[in-house]
Amino acid sequence: MIDNTIIYPVVAQLVTAIILLFFWGKSYPQRFISILGSLVVLLMSITLFSKVWSGNILIMESANWKPPFGIVFVADVFSSTMVLITSIVAFAVSIYSSVGIGNARQRFGYFPLFHFLMMGLNGAFLTGDIFNLYVFFEVIIISSFVLMTLGGRKTQLEGAVKYMAMNILASTIFLTGIGILYGITGTLNMADLAVKVPLVENRNIIDITAIFFLVGFGIKSAVFPLYYWLPSSYHTPPSAVAAVFGGLLTKVGVYAILRIFTLIFVPNEFMKIVLTVLSVMTIISGGFGALIKRDVRRIFSYLIVCHIGFMIGGIALFTPIALSGVLFYLIHDILVKTNIFLISGLIRNMKGNLNTLKAGGLYARYPKISLVMALVFFSLVGVPPLSGFWPKIYLFEAGFTTHNYFFIAALIIGSFLTLYIMARLWSDVFWKNPSEGDDSLIDHFKDYSRWKQALLVIPICLLAIATLYVGLAAENIVVVVKHIAAEMIDTSPYIDAVLGNK
Amino acid sequence: MKSTILKTASSYLLPILLLFSVFILLRGHYYPGGGFVGGLVAAIAFVLHSFTHGTENTLKLLRTHPGSLIPVGLGLSTLSMLAPLFSDLPVMTGLWFEEPVPVIGMIGSALFFDLGVYFLVVGIVLTILFTISVYSE
Repeated sequence: MIDNTIIYPVVAQLVTAIILLFFWGKSYPQRFISILGSLVVLLMSITLFSKVWSGNILIMESANWKPPFGIVFVADVFSSTMVLITSIVAFAVSIYSSVGIGNARQRFGYFPLFHFLMMGLNGAFLTGDIFNLYVFFEVIIISSFVLMTLGGRKTQLEGAVKYMAMNILASTIFLTGIGILYGITGTLNMADLAVKVPLVENRNIIDITAIFFLVGFGIKSAVFPLYYWLPSSYHTPPSAVAAVFGGLLTKVGVYAILRIFTLIFVPNEFMKIVLTVLSVMTIISGGFGALIKRDVRRIFSYLIVCHIGFMIGGIALFTPIALSGVLFYLIHDILVKTNIFLISGLIRNMKGNLNTLKAGGLYARYPKISLVMALVFFSLVGVPPLSGFWPKIYLFEAGFTTHNYFFIAALIIGSFLTLYIMARLWSDVFWKNPSEGDDSLIDHFKDYSRWKQALLVIPICLLAIATLYVGLAAENIVVVVKHIAAEMIDTSPYIDAVLGNK
Repeated sequence: MKSTILKTASSYLLPILLLFSVFILLRGHYYPGGGFVGGLVAAIAFVLHSFTHGTENTLKLLRTHPGSLIPVGLGLSTLSMLAPLFSDLPVMTGLWFEEPVPVIGMIGSALFFDLGVYFLVVGIVLTILFTISVYSE
């Protein structure tokens, strides 16, 4: 079914960004336009999701060129779910940014860049063409480079160099993979590739090409051994930026792995072993990395790495149950990871710095906000019945049925490390008595007007409610992820919808 | 730069280069050229002017800051990309007028897309170069 609705979330972000460019340097109107634009995109994403969920995979042949020749945009349940979650996060972050991002940064184009970044993300989720996917990845990384360096503090530039170097390397490898794949099959349309790649007789070259894609996406989603750029760069930009990066940028890599490795390169035994080893090492290194850090945002950065391992491991198992677990975890992870970075920004406002050894006593001063934060932390750990618990059940079940005890062990270690780290964080930052007479601890939050305080707290509550919904109404999410997992195992509806052979 | 020949020549080169850039822009649909290259040539015309007459004078000549061309160009391209939506066609489909226009030839939404790119490139190149030159002076 051909429908222009697909492109609206992408175009609306673009239009918002352009309108914001007309208001260059005027931070006050920009805040309103940004929040309004994000709200419109959120409504469009809800429409798109409900249209797709009611039965049809929608496609849009851009410029009216028929696939596999033209660039096609495809909205199946997977992409439209990702777009919906992204739009929720974008809405929350753009509210938070109006206070959480300093005036100087807003005047130098924070909001247009933020919307260009969101346009790239929505485009990457919706495109059905592998080269177009690369182009949207470029849009994402270029806008993220600027967002990361905006402000130009020394630590920011230092982090940005590492981030940029690794991401350019990843893009190069990804592009090389696309080149080889085009050389072998002569097509770039993902559905067409899904038909043509299994017919190639030389399986070795297909495996090598798959490794190119795995390394490219692996760097972007911070998989062992190429994850180190993430913890050394994500703590440097402002919290609202770090929230988008931590919540969405690594997950778009996971999305790409899921899409490419279910549609084009269905994992064989060799690939499953590679993925299992990578996931176990990612979980362990991320978990132990978080254990030795004392800065709140560095801890969260390492936890991102740790939890990426859960998802990669689920892909390695490659059963419907495991894929459901991965998808559930992906939805949960985007909401929670964005939220914990927003929370870290709020803690910074309340305490003046983010060192867990110096902070303390937050619960005594802000009991209600602390409880919301606790809810998010518990979701991250996966305390039943909150959102982190359900996907782990699926991953355990799939691990036992495929007898992959190596992965199960890593899953248990990773979960306990997360529990320990979050418990320690809670007791340090919230319960411990603050050290007396330390001048570095200044409460900026107290001096804000009610309105400004609300703008910082509302997005955190909004995302917490979304997380709570994912946890408590898990049966609704399960229906969606099972549907997506079924589509991943049997990709023929996707291929038929794109290539039009009904 | 204190070369009388260059200074005199650049005053005449500015309109000629601008005309040439429009020629490249219009030629671009079927032949080498188009909005990007046309925009670069137009930007070079102003850069040459700023070399000889100083950046302040070129900014006076432009009347507005070149940075304000960026959203205009981007907006124009986006609008021409979205135009097919109103006639229920997929985004980016080329729409063409029935009758050819004298001199220019057939006009379609692709021309407006290229025109947007043209303004965008002029805006970006001049913003970057003028920022550097004002900063270094």
